[in-house]
Amino acid sequence: MQENASHKPEAVERMLDSTLESVDSAEELAVGMAERAGMDEDDLMKVGMAIRESVVNAVVHGNRYNANKKVRFSVSSDGQRFMVQVGDEGEGFDFASIPDPLAPENLMRTSGRGIFLIRSFMDDFQMRRLESGGTEVTLVKNLVSK
Amino acid sequence: MSVKLTTRQVGDVTVVDVAGRITLGEGSATLRDAMKDMVSKNQKKILLNLGEVSYIDSSGIGELVSGFTTVTNSGGALKLLNLNKRVKDLLQITKLYTVFDVHEDEAGAIRSFT
Repeated sequence: MQENASHKPEAVERMLDSTLESVDSAEELAVGMAERAGMDEDDLMKVGMAIRESVVNAVVHGNRYNANKKVRFSVSSDGQRFMVQVGDEGEGFDFASIPDPLAPENLMRTSGRGIFLIRSFMDDFQMRRLESGGTEVTLVKNLVSK
Repeated sequence: MSVKLTTRQVGDVTVVDVAGRITLGEGSATLRDAMKDMVSKNQKKILLNLGEVSYIDSSGIGELVSGFTTVTNSGGALKLLNLNKRVKDLLQITKLYTVFDVHEDEAGAIRSFT
């Protein structure tokens, strides 16, 4: 991780359509901010993929491509932490029901690795049920050396 | 750019040169359709050359697993060639690297099918 004392704080928020095109635009927006925050190429790849998986979950599993539902996508960077929040308008789900993709019985499953990859690539990952019923995830990457 | 597949035959091995992004949507669907098409044509020795793959997400990983299972269950073999660091890292953290037969040399990979 790299020190970035000269970093200019940034924060953006977008309401995204429930489409796969939104996934690309969200990733592009956030990776651009991450690059300006001073992340190296390896971290940019990890953050980009974690964001992609998060927005895919919101669009596909949360909002189920419903054109009437939006994905709230926010990114902020203050020189110390790079934080992304993704909220959907779906039905929510039981967080405890997420299977371990590394368990031998799940290894050859064709899906179910998204949240595992997000956890692997970010320094912190939280999920919460919104009062409105949807799900919000918060992803954090530390920008300052510990 | 989404994914681009170029297929060539080396003996009885079908080599698929994959370039671009294997992500949810067009990229993963293209790969899925191509593998199903090969199996339906009895092309069951498949070598996926991933050297020009710039990006793969969990959906793309799922397609590799699906293809591996489909080809293996049909009595064939699906192997991987030329993994770049990103793809290799992803397969390692998902514990799939040892599931696949991975090669760095095409000639050696072709020979391994016999």
